[in-house]
Amino acid sequence: MSEYLVIDNLTKVYQTAKGPAVIVKDFNLRIKQGEFVCLIGHSGCGKSTVLSMVAGLNEISGGGIILAGKELVGPGPDRGIVFQSPCLLPWMTAFENVMLGVNQVFYTASKVERRQIAEYYLSVVGLADAMDKFPAELSQGMRQRAGIARAFALAPRMLLLDEPFGMLDSLTRMELQQVLLELWRKNKKTALMVTHDVDEALFLADRIVCMTNGPEAEVGETVEVPFPRPRERKAVLEHPEYYKLREQLITFLEERAHRKSGAGASPGPTTPISTSRNNRKEFSKPTLVVTSTKP
Amino acid sequence: MMPFLEIKDVSKSFAGNSVLRDINLSIEKGEFVAIVGYSGAGKTTLISLVAGLLRPDAGALTLNDLEITEPGPDRGVVFQNYSLLPWLTVYENILLAVEQVSPNWSATKKQQYVQEHIELVNLGPARDKRPGELSGGMRQRVSLARALAMNPQILLLDEPLSALDALTRATLQNEIERIWERDRKTVVLITNDVDEGILLADRIIPLSAGPGATLGPSIPIDIPRPRDRKALNHEPRYQKIRREVINFLLGEGGKKHTVVARKLVLPEIEPEDLSAPRTLAGGKRRAVRRSEIKSEPVEVDG
Repeated sequence: MSEYLVIDNLTKVYQTAKGPAVIVKDFNLRIKQGEFVCLIGHSGCGKSTVLSMVAGLNEISGGGIILAGKELVGPGPDRGIVFQSPCLLPWMTAFENVMLGVNQVFYTASKVERRQIAEYYLSVVGLADAMDKFPAELSQGMRQRAGIARAFALAPRMLLLDEPFGMLDSLTRMELQQVLLELWRKNKKTALMVTHDVDEALFLADRIVCMTNGPEAEVGETVEVPFPRPRERKAVLEHPEYYKLREQLITFLEERAHRKSGAGASPGPTTPISTSRNNRKEFSKPTLVVTSTKP
Repeated sequence: MMPFLEIKDVSKSFAGNSVLRDINLSIEKGEFVAIVGYSGAGKTTLISLVAGLLRPDAGALTLNDLEITEPGPDRGVVFQNYSLLPWLTVYENILLAVEQVSPNWSATKKQQYVQEHIELVNLGPARDKRPGELSGGMRQRVSLARALAMNPQILLLDEPLSALDALTRATLQNEIERIWERDRKTVVLITNDVDEGILLADRIIPLSAGPGATLGPSIPIDIPRPRDRKALNHEPRYQKIRREVINFLLGEGGKKHTVVARKLVLPEIEPEDLSAPRTLAGGKRRAVRRSEIKSEPVEVDG
């Protein structure tokens, strides 16, 4: 079986006061086992909607999703999710946050083994000395490290990453991309990541799927990333194809942005970026469309 | 020619923790310099020293040959968090600065001058709104207009765009370049975005990660303006500068990680299917070791 995740004619429609709003229409994507795919597009284009449907956190209006030969219904621990805001429980330490899921998924294992799993992943992401700290005592970057450890610790079939580094500054982001790539290399997890950072996509992905702007978002362009693995930032930046692909992707994003909103004339696009929208269910989603259709 | 802003052997510690050490920097009049570094490295400390909000432990800072000892209107600062007065409108926020700097102007002149700056940053329609009614990008425009309205000798931008989303950031980068082209003020831009630095500045200098951060090599950006974000990608000089800065920040100027040897064990257990019943007729379930799994579908590439 070469296709591990199959997304077939995926469609999302919201019923709004102004009638049905089609966010995603006939979205098709096939991901092989062990492949790292990045989904890029502008804020509000519907890429997070696709991801949340794969995560089972958002109802599917049409089409279907098959993971490892089974149709997905609802959320489950077979998909490890890393959200934009790390979503750690504030009254638990980093270790306890990871253990929460580990205790569920590995309930047949001994207590020692479960601890070992949590300790292993927290150490690998660089939190060996900070496991017993509470989220409030951790920097934004460290919280996101804990979020990554939590996702991997569940030994999921696949990883879903929803702009995991979107809230970090660009240098911390590079550091964490390295951490993620290292873990991914060891585990060879199939991964689907949503981002709007072109450099991030080029560094991490085997394949980059560009989404057209919503409403009725679908797959626009697909770019195969030719850089050899294991990847090292320096080598990737020196690869002769790097800036060519970078320009191609930036061009795609810019043209889509301009076609939609005619940005630039108004004093800055004012679409608020809600940091918590990714972990909510569908209630907060329609606002994305409503704001994007404003003049 | 004497440098316009000179920072000489400056060090700063807080409670015994070294934040900045051996900072040396000379900036010419009319130059646009970008300093790029990690959050927490001490970038804001550096700008606060130039602004006169902090005093160095060692070394000296001079602006126009005069030592910087306190804040003054000759240095306009734009902060990441806008720092606007929430109970004043856009107009009033800017007027406040103008009244401090030019108290002797007539009311009409002040009014005209404020209006001019509001239009400079394209905020005409939002003139009478309060900060709470504005988006992040618009608030930062107000903050920029306020700093410019003081007609400072040097403009200090402390991560002005870091809190904004990518699209708004790009729009405001273009604005900053346009405004800078107009009167070519001396600018120090602090940022964590290498691309932003290269797009805007004449010179980019990486600041190494703390503790004890110091400036790395100063790299001139000899790329003609206006620079186009897209076209830069096939500009070999851009690629080279970008590589140099990133390599410095991730390499020798990067964070020093202490490596602790620790024995880690990852038990070879498969996760349970939580949709299956937890107890079987035979009694309690046992964890499945990976080694016990007879066959596993393996994907062979190529």
